[in-house]
Amino acid sequence: MKSFQLNTKSWVLAAAGLIAASALLSGCERPPIDAVQNGYRGVAMGTVANPRTYDAKIEANKLPEPIPSVPAGGPSAGSLYKNVQVLGDLGAGEFTRTMLAMTQWVAPKEGCAYCHAAGQDFSSDSMYTKVVARKMLTMTKKVNSEWGKHVGVVGVTCYTCHRGNNIPVNYWYKEDQPKQSPSMMTAGSLQNTASKTVGLASLPHDIFQPYLAEAKDIRVIGTTALPTGNRHSTKQAEWTYGLMVHMSEGLGVNCTYCHNSRSFSSWATSPPQRATAWYGIRMVRDLNNNYMDPLTATFPDYRKGKLGDVAKVNCTTCHQAAYKPLLGVSMLKDYPELNKASLEAHPYTAAAPVVAVTPGGVLGKILFAVGKKDLDADAQNAVTAAAKALAEKADAKVDLSGFADKTGNPSSNLALAKERAFVVRDALKAAGVAENRIALKKPEFVVGGAEADSRRVDIVAAP
Amino acid sequence: MAEYKEYQNIFTQVQVRGPAYMGTPLPPGIWQRQWGIISEEKPWFVHLLGRFGDAQVGPVYLGSLGIAALLCGIIAIQIMGWNMFAQVHFNPLEFIRQLPWLALEPPSPAYGLRMPPLNEGGWWLMAGFFLTASILLWWARTYRRAIALGMGTHVAWAFAAAIWLYLVLGFIRPVLMGSWGEAVPFGIFPHLDWTAAFSIRYGNLFYNPFHMLSIAFLYGSALLFAMHGATILAVSRFGGEREIEQIVDRGTASERAALFWRWTMGFNASMESIHRWAWWFAVLTTLTGGIGILLTGTVVDNWYLWAVKHGVAPMYPNSWPTVIDPATLPGAPR
Repeated sequence: MKSFQLNTKSWVLAAAGLIAASALLSGCERPPIDAVQNGYRGVAMGTVANPRTYDAKIEANKLPEPIPSVPAGGPSAGSLYKNVQVLGDLGAGEFTRTMLAMTQWVAPKEGCAYCHAAGQDFSSDSMYTKVVARKMLTMTKKVNSEWGKHVGVVGVTCYTCHRGNNIPVNYWYKEDQPKQSPSMMTAGSLQNTASKTVGLASLPHDIFQPYLAEAKDIRVIGTTALPTGNRHSTKQAEWTYGLMVHMSEGLGVNCTYCHNSRSFSSWATSPPQRATAWYGIRMVRDLNNNYMDPLTATFPDYRKGKLGDVAKVNCTTCHQAAYKPLLGVSMLKDYPELNKASLEAHPYTAAAPVVAVTPGGVLGKILFAVGKKDLDADAQNAVTAAAKALAEKADAKVDLSGFADKTGNPSSNLALAKERAFVVRDALKAAGVAENRIALKKPEFVVGGAEADSRRVDIVAAP
Repeated sequence: MAEYKEYQNIFTQVQVRGPAYMGTPLPPGIWQRQWGIISEEKPWFVHLLGRFGDAQVGPVYLGSLGIAALLCGIIAIQIMGWNMFAQVHFNPLEFIRQLPWLALEPPSPAYGLRMPPLNEGGWWLMAGFFLTASILLWWARTYRRAIALGMGTHVAWAFAAAIWLYLVLGFIRPVLMGSWGEAVPFGIFPHLDWTAAFSIRYGNLFYNPFHMLSIAFLYGSALLFAMHGATILAVSRFGGEREIEQIVDRGTASERAALFWRWTMGFNASMESIHRWAWWFAVLTTLTGGIGILLTGTVVDNWYLWAVKHGVAPMYPNSWPTVIDPATLPGAPR
């Protein structure tokens, strides 16, 4: 009779088995998992969560200290400052507090200069970020005032999505059709790749354009026991399934948070969260189509996707893997000013500044947005003012010099500076200045100084 | 140190090693049995294989059916593999990394039962054709070899039950639905996700009574297999592994095994009938499963609603206020 002993070979085998088993299980979370029953007994209605993730989740959803509130009233911001298009009704104190809060929420590192070009009047719209911020203020108001069925009284602030980042961490672009493979082979598809969008399933991952921008049919399940004309295919069910996995991952919840375990489609047996989520899908469509998409021309190209579309919202943008963003704590109650923003921006026209020609003096500083060469309202006003001054002194001539900095591609920056100078020349001509009075100088690099100042063309009176 | 018992080992303990057995003589024909690539004539023994089964490898009878089945199978796997490889732009590393996700998808439902372009499902149809041909040829091979050995054809018919489920999923049901797009993709994760999506689309397959039967037979098969294997191992010290002899010449091993089950549950299978139990459970798993799939979408669109209608699914009280479908409320957003 042999005695039962583990020899070296067995130990090696056991170790190899252990390594293989841990590799297979590396994607799994360690048990035990918390399960809370939230339905009738025996019907598998429960919410599951990993208790070892709670601390990190609470930490990730901590609110910033609110800025001390200021009394409302006093002269309105609209009457005190120029070009206040959506927050004009706020008192000056509330207005300043809101600006401070927005800086803290969206651009804590860059400060005011993230939206207000240094060296320019605060009223200038020369930076695209400011135009976007204005639109986002109206969006926040819309969410809080008209999408109560999704956000309740908790509401949203800029921080709900931004969390101290210029751009919220989670967003989506339209997906490009997969590159055709050589010959007649099947092209890569918008499914069957390891995609985090659908929780690493092989489901279709191009789920946002059809459901969160367009209103493609999400409901694929038959509504009658026997066939009565529901033509939705199993493939379509895979798309809906992909969207549902996104929602589940985005909210950090399992299917039975919103659905009954026995029937995904039956509303009569669904938990109420499902209706909240239903409004959420419609809200996201509204935000993408009416707030994000109209900003396409405003955003510079480097902020856009491969197909030239703007970054858009999905469930994770706000929720960030929490069942309610910021675990359901209202930040809006500390910032009621956000709900006073006007839904429609009041257009503003700046008065033309008055300048006079002095030999060698600067007649106008024309500022441009990143990557753009067209004149905004401020720039047009500055050109008009320069043309007016030149009309008063008929013998004066001007030099135009474009400036650029060396960020990105320096040579294309210089080329853009030159084109901007042409645009200013044409604008001066259009304002009645004869071409022979305008001389173009070679574009130059700006070293140091404010970032916005490097995107400019100077109109300088000839000495 | 606990005492080590022979019969407690998980591996076969007895390796009888005689001269190689060449099998019964074949009738004259072009095909003879092959020893394989490694050795031309000599029998080939592998000790490790002897721990799990018989140590003798081969001879293999390839035959015309075997060759044809292998060829069709290789073609099918090549079509699937190269299409998957093309999807990662022939990058070998990505191919290995993404292999569990990659798929050869059936055509879009828009093509119905028409022949789509190669790269839009045509390859899928071809791979399906060759895979089906390979499986059917292999079936004929199992049938013919059984006849050649003078055996019954039980293995072939059990295999046919599995082929039935395969044909329902990939051919019969898609034809009845009028769309190749209803068939299963070829791929490791993709066919699993397809299965889940299929159940979702048709309102929860767990309420399909044939799915229920199939699960009962599947789990039953595993249970019977465990009970039978354990019983025979437990009486092997009395010669119980000589099951075929014991069918007609019942010895103490059979008596003790029968007594064990009669004592514990009042009823026992016999040395013969336990194999009929196991065969029918295995065969019925896929037979009932195939019927369940065949009915899905063709005659039933939502199995949950079907089960409610026929009193299969009881109603339970909600633990929350009843929700109304927001899309049915006046002024609902799109």
